[in-house]
Order: sequence, then structure tokens, then C-alpha cells
Amino acid sequence: MIYEPSVVAIVIFFLFVGLTLGISFYLGNKAKSSAGYFAAHGQIPWFVNGVAFAGDYLSAASFLGICGMIAFYGYDGFLYSIGYLAGWIVALFVIAEPMKRLGKFTFADALDANFQSRGIKMAAGISTLAVSIFYLIPQMVGAGVLVQPLLGFEHWHGVLLVGATVIVIVVTAGMVSTTWVQFLKGSLLVVFSAILTIMILSRGFEVQSGGNDGHAFKTLGPFDAKTPVEFDAQIKAQTDYEAIVPKGEWEDFEFVRLSDSEGIVSVWSTQETDDGVLLLEAQSRTKTTDGKVLVNGRPLGKEKGEPELHPVGHISKLPGGESETGSVGPLEFFRTLQDSEIVLWRSKVIKETDGGTTTVYYQKSTPGNEILRPGEHPRFAGIRSDDPIKKLNFLSLMLALFCGTASLPHILIRYYTVKDEASARKSTIVGIASIGFFYVLTLYLGLGAMTSGALDVTTSNMAAPLLARSMEEWLFAAISAIAFTTVLGTVSGLILASAGAVTHDLMANFMGIEMDDATKVRYAKFASVVVGGIAIVLGILFRELNVSYLVGWAFSVAASANLPSLVMLLFWKGTTKQGIIAAVVVGMTSSLAWILLSGDTFDKVYGLPAESSFVPFSQPGIVTIPLGFLTLIVVSLMTKSNESAS
Amino acid sequence: MILFCVYLLLYGGFVFLNAFAPSTMETLPFAGVNLAILYGFGLIIAALILALIYGHICRSTDDANSEEVQS
Repeated sequence: MIYEPSVVAIVIFFLFVGLTLGISFYLGNKAKSSAGYFAAHGQIPWFVNGVAFAGDYLSAASFLGICGMIAFYGYDGFLYSIGYLAGWIVALFVIAEPMKRLGKFTFADALDANFQSRGIKMAAGISTLAVSIFYLIPQMVGAGVLVQPLLGFEHWHGVLLVGATVIVIVVTAGMVSTTWVQFLKGSLLVVFSAILTIMILSRGFEVQSGGNDGHAFKTLGPFDAKTPVEFDAQIKAQTDYEAIVPKGEWEDFEFVRLSDSEGIVSVWSTQETDDGVLLLEAQSRTKTTDGKVLVNGRPLGKEKGEPELHPVGHISKLPGGESETGSVGPLEFFRTLQDSEIVLWRSKVIKETDGGTTTVYYQKSTPGNEILRPGEHPRFAGIRSDDPIKKLNFLSLMLALFCGTASLPHILIRYYTVKDEASARKSTIVGIASIGFFYVLTLYLGLGAMTSGALDVTTSNMAAPLLARSMEEWLFAAISAIAFTTVLGTVSGLILASAGAVTHDLMANFMGIEMDDATKVRYAKFASVVVGGIAIVLGILFRELNVSYLVGWAFSVAASANLPSLVMLLFWKGTTKQGIIAAVVVGMTSSLAWILLSGDTFDKVYGLPAESSFVPFSQPGIVTIPLGFLTLIVVSLMTKSNESAS
Repeated sequence: MILFCVYLLLYGGFVFLNAFAPSTMETLPFAGVNLAILYGFGLIIAALILALIYGHICRSTDDANSEEVQS
């Protein structure tokens, strides 16, 4: 789609971002020592810290990724919401207070509190770094996606912009300002999502025949031809089009290409009915060998009004044959959708015989009860098959989400910003309340976007902002600005966590470099710049993937590397330092290796066929988390006897 | 710890139901809304309730401790 920046949007956007940066500069001046830089002197009030948890956690991934997934596939995206929230229970009941008791600045400090081992510091420091970088990727991808429609930039501009801004924030400020910024954004995000939900409910549903640019998708037929020759003749006789003889890969698919009187080629998907074949208008985007882009048979335009892909997302049938519902209640919302029929869009890539590629986006009319059940998304469709490996993939993801929250480094460091255990507990509860409320809203936002007629067929990540645009321009600007600043905040939190890991764990403790406070902060800032640079590059590379899927990976790595040692350390006296080192290293490397060898990475990143990958399913959690635990126990038992002997 | 097990059971139930009996998620037990949504919302609300109970328990033990210190 062509995104046209509007003045209002840009003004509101920069107002927001400017305000955020201003606050962070102002507060950053107060934090000069390393304790202030990394942990805000432990002086943040618990309520503020709680909402800041929400701000940290409800990142671009939650907001953009989950809404997008729900908008394109229905209920499945909500599974992520549930998993993410469930993870907080682990954080609250198992991790929160012991962590606060043990730690100082970083996760490694906590693990190492009883042992004074350089090996632990190194292993934990590296795993913090790995998890942070993995978690940074989706944030960066999300940032790029956001800037695109708002300012009319390219994706990589957005990534670069975020990267640079964040580096500035982190270098000038530290944990105090990051926390306050997160608090602001956390509350704004929840409030604005609530406003948006109320607007969705009061708008209700309406039957339409296309997206909100006024283009109605056509249906031709039915044609009862038995042979291709007869079919071509019928098309010519009954419509203004002429059928094109399929060549190459077009022969293998259920699509038909027609050309109109001007010779413009359009693509149609076929649907069998009792009276013959119906042709449904599809959309296509062709990249020719000489680098030109055609949309729906015409060269892609540069400004509004010129050819582009039409926005999509409409209801084709409401219960009882009504044409619109008026405003609906929160439960009536689901009840109505349950009995409606909604047109979703799917895509397929076809290689042309001349070397170009065409992506066809075609309509898939889906009854509401299928949208509101799990298993519509191809990744989750496995739970409807009898293949146990696919079921395992699903279990694996849900386990990683459950265990991952409590081991994310930027969440863990937030426990050190409050003053005692009771505050850590209270802020977690506040966090759960605001996050839970927000996740309930994601289902409304996603389904609202699905039926808003504003979706961009090429990217699911834009669903929520585009939904806001279909309501009001200023709301769109506000939502995008909040989402954007949320990305900034999360990214700066992560970069801080990695910077802490590098300077504190790796340099000061492992390599034994003596540093005074000022030098430490200086090195941390230098590390931030490097990590930020890496994140920018990866954010550009991974732009194709849905961001919440990427987050699922980050959770897997975090859960596999950090959780086993953290839990065992807190609850099992037999844990030894070798055990911890082994568990962190094994958990981290096995889950990373699994991801890099998985079918999804092959497909989306290397561009190789998914079938040639080496592991049976994509989500590592169910194998690598128990593996981490097992390693820890085995190594601890082995090394324990040695220690007691000596 | 007990609270944690309660939640583990609820969450586990949800995940396994999804994985091994997805069609039960389509049934409409209440107000025309399907089980998948009800269970999902239920899990989120349950998390909050358990968290509040936990906070409450801990607060009463905190109070008890501080009273002992004072007396």
C-alpha cells in the first residue's frame, strides 16, 4: 500500500517522541553513579515500577504482532496473549522475591551470589546478551513497520531511526529515565487501547464488499464449462475479459488470469459451487526481472490515487441477513462474529516463467466460528491434524511463553529498581493487572481490525495502527506514537541489560578489569552503542517475519538458558557452580542452534525450502528447557562429590 | 506454591485441550460465546485473582513479622 503522511499525524508523533526524550534527558541528569545508571538507586515507587513492567513488556510485539495475527487469522494470536500473561505467574510466585534478595545489578549477580565464580558470570553474561539481542530483533522490525505509514519512510529508515534514538537515550540517561518513560507509555498504551476498543464496539459491524477505499471486489460466474476451451469461450461471451493460457507455475494453482480490453492482467481465485465455478477477484503484486513492480497488472504508483493494492478486511454476511448491527456489547461482539462470514486474505508466491515472481493475495471467505477457534493459522493448524510432532510444536511454544517471561533480562533488572521485597511483589501485581487488561483488549482490537476494511495485505504487523486510522487520523497518530515510543523504551531497557552484562559481568568480574564508577558507566555506554548497531542490522534482515513469532523465539532462548539455573538455585541446595555454568551454556546453545536450523528460519531468512531443515519442528522450548534442567542436575551431582571430598 | 500449582493446572488444561481436542474449544457453553474465548479470558482473570490472593497472604505475614519485631 502507499502510505501518505499527514501533517496532523507527524505533528502529534513528534510531540510524543520529543516529550519522551525530554523527560529522559531531564531525569537522566540525576543518575550519575553506576548504581543509578543500572538500577535507579532502587528508589522507584512500586506502583510506577509496576506500570513500567507493563510498559516494558507490552512491547511492539504485543501490540503490533498479536493484533496483526488476530486480524489475519483470528483466535490464534490470542494464544500468545495468554501465554505471555501466564508467564507472569511464574515471575511472581517463583522468581520475584528471591531475585530481589540475591541480586545487585544483573541476572549474573543473582546466580553468582552464593558462589563467587567467574565462570558463572561469564556464562550468565553471555546468555543475557544472546537473549537481549534476540528480543531486540522483533522490536526493531516493529519499529520499522510503524514508521512506514506514518512518515512515509522505507522500512530500514525506521529501523535506523529507532536504533539511533535509543542509543542516544541510553547513552545520556539510564534506568531512572527509562523507568519513568516506560511508566508513561505503559499507561498511555492501555488507556488508548481501551478508547479504541470502545470505538470498535460502538461502531459495530457492517456488511461490505471491499476495503475502505471504496473498491468492491468482483465475482464472476458461475461458469459450468467442462473443458478449458469451453471455459475460455464462456469467459469471452459472458464478461469483458479474456482468459490467459496458464504457463509455468500458474498451471499448478487454482488461479485464473484474465486480461481486460486494455490488456491489463488480473488474477482470480476459483471457487467450486453446484452451478459451476465462481471467479473471485484476487490481488497480485509482480516483481519483474528488470526490477519493476506491478500491482493488479498496473505499474505501482507513488502517490495516493495511483495504482496500489486495495485495503482489505470486510464482513460478507451478518447473522440474520442484516446489513449492519449498530453498536454492540462486549459479549455480543463475539456472538455476532460467531455467526457472521468474514473475508480473510491469504497469499501465495508464484514464479513466472521469465524469472519474475508474483505474489497472489486471494480471498478466503471464513465462517465466524472458525475464526474464533484455535488452529486457523498455518503454524497452529497442526493441532487440528493427527501429526504428533505438530502438536508438540504447539506445546513447545506454549511452554516457552510460560517459562520465558521470568527469565527475560530486561524484566529481571526491573526488580532491582524498587527498594524491597514487598515492593517487588506489589509492582508485579500491578504489572499483571495492567498487562492482563491490555491482553483482553488485544482480542477486540485484532478482530476489530479484521473487519475494519483497512488492512494491508502485505504485512500483518500494521493491523492495529491501520485500525486506528480507519477511525480517526489523530488517533492513528497517537497510537503509532505510543507504539513507537514503546519500542524505544523496550529497546533501551534491553540495551541497558546487555550493557550491564558486558561491563559488569564480562569485563569487571570475568576479565578482572578494575574500574571505578565513572569508567564503568563509560564502558557501559560504549557497549550500548555496539549492541544497538547489531540490533539495527538484524532488524533490517528479519523484516519479513511476524514480530510476535520472533518474540516466541526470544522467549524460548531465555527460558532454556536462564530459567533452569534460576529455579534450581532458589529451590535446590545441591546446585553447584559447574552445574549452573553447564545448564546456562547448554540451554542457550541448544535453543539457538535449534532455531537457526529450523524450517521457519530456512524458509524466511536463508530463502531455502523449509523441508530441508534439520530439526522436526520450529519451537525448541519443549526439548531445550528440560535439557537445561537435566544438565544442571547431572553436572551438579557429578561435581558435588568432588567438592565434599576436597 | 499451591497457588502456582493451581495456575499450572489451569494453564496446562488450556494448552492440552487446544492441542488434543481442539473441537471442544468450539462449543458454546455460555451466552453464545465459545469456550476458547471464555477460557482465555478466564485465565487472564484467574491470574489477577491469584496474584491478589498472594499479595494478601504475604501482606498479612509481613504485618505479623513487623509486629513481632516491635513487641
